[in-house]
Amino acid sequence: MARLSGLQREVLSLYRKCLREIRKKPVDTQQNFRIYARTEFQRHMKISKKDFNAIEYLLRKGHRQVEMYSSPGIRNIH
Amino acid sequence: MSALRSTSRLFAASKPLFRPAVFARSYATVDPVAQVSATGHATTSVTPESKTSTVQEPTPSEQPRIKKFQVYRWNPDTPSEKPQMQTYELDLNKTGPMMLDALIRIKNEIDPTLTFRRSCREGICGSCAMNIDGVNTLACLCRIPTDTAKDSRIYPLPHTYVVKDLVPDLTYFYKQYKSIKPYLQRDTPTEDGLEYRQSPEERKKLDGLYECILCACCSTSCPSYWWNSEEYLGPAILMQSYRWMADSRDEKTAERKAALDNSMSVYRCHTILNCSRTCPKGLNPARAIAEIKKMMAAH
Repeated sequence: MARLSGLQREVLSLYRKCLREIRKKPVDTQQNFRIYARTEFQRHMKISKKDFNAIEYLLRKGHRQVEMYSSPGIRNIH
Repeated sequence: MSALRSTSRLFAASKPLFRPAVFARSYATVDPVAQVSATGHATTSVTPESKTSTVQEPTPSEQPRIKKFQVYRWNPDTPSEKPQMQTYELDLNKTGPMMLDALIRIKNEIDPTLTFRRSCREGICGSCAMNIDGVNTLACLCRIPTDTAKDSRIYPLPHTYVVKDLVPDLTYFYKQYKSIKPYLQRDTPTEDGLEYRQSPEERKKLDGLYECILCACCSTSCPSYWWNSEEYLGPAILMQSYRWMADSRDEKTAERKAALDNSMSVYRCHTILNCSRTCPKGLNPARAIAEIKKMMAAH
């Protein structure tokens, strides 16, 4: 695999963080969370890797969303 | 209540014996007394519109004062598009005197997609903090400059992450505020177990501190805060910190001082004084920070 830039590594670490948080959710709804996280990432696949501002914004937004969805009160997602 | 009702019913039941039938009232019947009062109401009521003068809508001005407003726009739904300045034209004769009036008018009449925070429109909530013509201020307290030759430029607070258009992300600012524990900390009760009392002199120390509405105008105008916003607390938060250190009822002054005793929290203040210059409430955060430094030096 090619050497990744810092920003790319940050995106990957955000994705791993999502997967790790999903494992704390009830087993029967984990798949829903996984699909949601995946589509959120896929929606912005087309953004150029040179568009730092956009990627940084989406990273911040992603971290905020993970923080929100990781609260134990949220058990399922549709 | 029910007791009262039953006694009144007893009273009413005994009464009709001595009263003419006209005044006897029962539920759900239209009685003459009510009719009389209804007709009486009608005779004293409204003058018909044919007999009154008409208040006309203020006539459109003959010499409109068109002013241009350049507003920062950025839409998070299309993050790969660059932020841009959008120009709006308004007739000042039809607009209220304040910048917030202009923004609301743009949103209502020209472009409903323009996004900004506002609530009280009188400088008490701190929602509409933004950078207007290069100065951080509250849009509701900022008059529109009447010079129509010059454009007004409106940006979100500088060096904040933008949520959308003029809405800054103040999450970290509020986290910092939480970190200074902005509430009364006290273990010992008063002698009489009633409220914690304060002499008028001690109360006077809090004047010019408690009025802060946390609009973040001062913090985001501070170059030192721009470069070190992660660790430096910034003028707004430090002033609130001092507000609790100066409070005679608070007993955790030593802990509060210890929490600030590092190279970043307070000592990134280099008395640039942008905070005091920009504060829309006319407070002096720089003085509060200086007082903190004095307290820390004395201890």
